[in-house]
Amino acid sequence: MNYQNNSENKDKSAQTPPSGGWGAGSLISTVVPLPIENVDTDQIIPARFLKATDKNGFGDNLFADWRYNKDGSPKTDFVLNNPVYSGEILVAGKNFGSGSSREHAAWAIAGYGFKVVVSSFFADIFKNNALNNGILPVVVSSEFLAEIFASVNENPKTTLTVDLVNQTISNNTSGKSETFEINAYKKDCLLNGFDDIDYLLSKKDLIEKWEKKKPNP
Amino acid sequence: MTNKITDSQARKFPTGDSGGKTLFDKIWDAHVVSIIENGPTQLYIDRHFCHEVTSPQAFNGLRTRGLKVYRPDKTTMTADHNTPTINQELPVKDPISKNQLDQFAKNAAEFGMPIFYPLGHEKNGVVHIIGPENGFTQPGMTIVCGDSHTSTHGAFGTIAFGIGTSEVEMVLATQCILQSRPKTMRITFDGNLNNGVTSKDLALYMISKLTTGGATGYFVEYAGEAVRNMTMEQRMTVCNLSIEMGARGGLIAPDETTFNYVKGREFAPKGEEWEEKLAFWKTLKSDDDAVFDMELTFDASEIQPMITYGTNPGMGMGIHESIPTLDEIDEAGRISFQKSLEYMGFEPGEKLLGKPIDYVFLGSCTNGRIEDFRLFTNYVKGRKKADNVTAWLVPGSWKVRQQIEAEGLDKILEEAGFALRQPGCSACLAMNDDKVPAGKYAVSTSNRNFEGRQGPGARTILAGPLVAAAAAVNGKITMP
Repeated sequence: MNYQNNSENKDKSAQTPPSGGWGAGSLISTVVPLPIENVDTDQIIPARFLKATDKNGFGDNLFADWRYNKDGSPKTDFVLNNPVYSGEILVAGKNFGSGSSREHAAWAIAGYGFKVVVSSFFADIFKNNALNNGILPVVVSSEFLAEIFASVNENPKTTLTVDLVNQTISNNTSGKSETFEINAYKKDCLLNGFDDIDYLLSKKDLIEKWEKKKPNP
Repeated sequence: MTNKITDSQARKFPTGDSGGKTLFDKIWDAHVVSIIENGPTQLYIDRHFCHEVTSPQAFNGLRTRGLKVYRPDKTTMTADHNTPTINQELPVKDPISKNQLDQFAKNAAEFGMPIFYPLGHEKNGVVHIIGPENGFTQPGMTIVCGDSHTSTHGAFGTIAFGIGTSEVEMVLATQCILQSRPKTMRITFDGNLNNGVTSKDLALYMISKLTTGGATGYFVEYAGEAVRNMTMEQRMTVCNLSIEMGARGGLIAPDETTFNYVKGREFAPKGEEWEEKLAFWKTLKSDDDAVFDMELTFDASEIQPMITYGTNPGMGMGIHESIPTLDEIDEAGRISFQKSLEYMGFEPGEKLLGKPIDYVFLGSCTNGRIEDFRLFTNYVKGRKKADNVTAWLVPGSWKVRQQIEAEGLDKILEEAGFALRQPGCSACLAMNDDKVPAGKYAVSTSNRNFEGRQGPGARTILAGPLVAAAAAVNGKITMP
């Protein structure tokens, strides 16, 4: 099944380079709430869409089975089809991105136009994939997560400020803030648009040295 | 929920980090090339497995950057995820699948990849089956693949884990990867499994206790009498499912069972090199005074045949048990729990024993090996497949299929009304035509019961090969 022609949301990945976008260091946006726990990567992008050989177009099929009916028409009760909610921040229940290692999930989220995913808990592989595509996974306490959902439920125009430089996230409706963790290296990569391959290529001499002297037979 | 350890309960026994080294520490430390201050570790990768679905964008990345593959002989390529399981000798019908398979072959040729097993090759099969089968997987290694079930290879005492496509590109370009060091957990299974209880049941039991995210951030070592007494294939099933409780990977210290399995396989060391490696492999175990960040112990003899009732692998129960009632679920999880049961068409508190089913799938990197086919065949021998059941029996590789035929299992299966298919990932993720129709129930020996995993709207009940065999001949969920 191909839903690509039925979507109103044009994929934005063509305009946004995967690891750019954090030059400003912070972001203020309304949010799209998804208060479901254990959202696995098969829901984020179902396997039948993994046949492509490039990174474009996945945004149109983000959450395809929750978002579209069998005939390709939008499911009106799904949050991405509700015009009340929009923004560059996706807020989801705990253990977001579990299951398959498919980086297509991160491409779909970035392609749709999200720059931040907020949850109380992320699966490890998804977290790496997100960071490698300029998406910032922000881990908040379960209390703060519940409060964001409550604020957005009451006022869909609620905005969050995500400040990568100072590692804070603020609910601009309640005024409540939390700090979040990100390792200094990854923060540097996001802010400057560097990626891991650039870094590893710069360490070729160390790799060759390791291969010559490897500690075990 | 009865018998559940919630996240907070499961995490209340952190034990600090002093003392000897765990097996994980020993393998990890031996592969550190550099450590970035306040950042990840640069880890050298001994073996990279590669399939057609998560690699094309990585090869494209190399092209864009004008890079070669740094160590082509350290990558094993096999087509498995997107391949048909009938008529493989004919051109692939779906043009988008065909394009992906053609691109895979083109990448192998253009980048000079010496180990490439395309569709129809005698060593082709599911990546986590052909790795061990051909001796690529050896104790002490670091192993990665763009597939979360790479944890399978941990059964040999390796650090093996799934990676994304950006990371596949890193490995192709530099044979290294940047990773944060996970915490360590040891799960000990005292006692032994009862007759009729498989290693799949043990794994589903463990995941139901820890929940689908309960081991996130950890690398798990499996230990204890029940694990020691397992064959390599049984160990692979347990390690395979590590990711289903969120673990970065799972490993088992190698022993004589491991060495006997590896010895003589095509890519295993030979002669003097074998003796040298064997001496080293025998040192691969956690020190007696090693301290894990978390320790859990289960009694293997308490485990019953398991099934899942929900839409993640943590939603499992003994085959005789009832689905939890709403008041057993904590409040934050109720929406997800209800959504899950609605999808499955089940009620809270319901028993599933006797429930009619429509499909049975035997196969996948979890249960697609010869021992799985032996168990299944032994059960259905002299019985007949139920008329209401469509059964897909998909060997994990051509070698598994040949072994099935060599042992005459195919004849027994045929007499019981079953047909063997050709190898591949098949209905585990339904990228090919092996899709369970919407609303139908499939008892599946695979690893994920996510919504739509086996086809849009498909309802998956995960189980071991014996429960699958019993369901196939009785047409309903039955105690094997």
